[in-house]
Amino acid sequence: MDNRTVAGILVFSIVAVFFLFSVFLIHPFGEPGPVQMDDYIITHTQNETGTNNGVTAVVFDYRGFDTLGEATILFSAVAGVLLIFRKVRH
Amino acid sequence: MTKIVKTTANILFPFTMIFGLYVIAHGHLTPGGGFQGGAIVVSGCALLLVAYGSSWVFDRIKDKRLAAFESLGAIGFITIAFLGLVFSAVFFGNFLAGSETIFGTTPATGSTLSDFNTGGVLPLMNFAVGVKVIAGLFVIVLVMAYASSIKELS
Amino acid sequence: MIEYIPFIAVVAMILIGLYAVMFRRNLIKIVIGISIIESGVNLFLIILGYRDGGVAPIFTSLPPGTKYPEEMVLPVPQALTLTSIVIGVAVLALMLSLVMHIYRKYGTLDVQKIRRLKE
Repeated sequence: MDNRTVAGILVFSIVAVFFLFSVFLIHPFGEPGPVQMDDYIITHTQNETGTNNGVTAVVFDYRGFDTLGEATILFSAVAGVLLIFRKVRH
Repeated sequence: MTKIVKTTANILFPFTMIFGLYVIAHGHLTPGGGFQGGAIVVSGCALLLVAYGSSWVFDRIKDKRLAAFESLGAIGFITIAFLGLVFSAVFFGNFLAGSETIFGTTPATGSTLSDFNTGGVLPLMNFAVGVKVIAGLFVIVLVMAYASSIKELS
Repeated sequence: MIEYIPFIAVVAMILIGLYAVMFRRNLIKIVIGISIIESGVNLFLIILGYRDGGVAPIFTSLPPGTKYPEEMVLPVPQALTLTSIVIGVAVLALMLSLVMHIYRKYGTLDVQKIRRLKE
């Protein structure tokens, strides 16, 4: 079992060094890079969607397919839990 | 549980449910919406489950009916998306946004006071997703609590 | 250097969760480690969309005098984080149901004792 622990420590330190070196390549906190899509969404929400909330308009109107996929995942999680405990319920 | 815990749960449950339904219904004016309000109502139902014991609640609420309730919410969501295809030639199209029917008026640009009549098809979608989240998470919590309190399988 | 502190916090959360998954033997501790990794990734998504001195992107009673596309926070990363949180809840429910079923069949929760398929 000692070989396995040594290999685990080696892999963990390599992953930690990679993460810590790539933190300094992202843009600084507070100045995002390309903002053209979000500027269009903020200025045209009240005309096209007719609502005051920017986040709800993005979740249900501009990006509705992601909400459809999430509803499918919720349904399959409930189906999986009810399938595992089938003997308990009767 | 003891008498104090049961009385506190009896008093706190209606306030929690009304606050959760308020967050679901005003999803197009203030921060909130379907998923957040559904999580608030489920936390109130989990309080009832802890206070009264899972066997007592499981014998009174049939879980097949709750699972059918969750499918009803999903069917409502898909129906609203298909009605957008029928009335406005795009899937998920907003066909109530500029018209004169239920949720039709357009707010003025800039900072306004809130008007409940706005929003288009968004409040109906909020209700469908809220019903789906309440029923789904309540069934998961109820079945897992009941399965961990019986001693051995048959 | 001081403007990179939130990203270093995200990297610390991911490394703590990775340590709990790789080096612990109890099944419940491994599930908790996976949940910590998901929390770190959600925090990273929200951090990417912040503008200095901005308000929330909601038009109901804004403070008077805010110019709107230059002083509002970006709304798209918040919508994607909402989906990610719900997916995390669904995966956690399924993982815990499987752990309960394993405990009922084997009698123990040690990972190094559940190694071969029982008849």
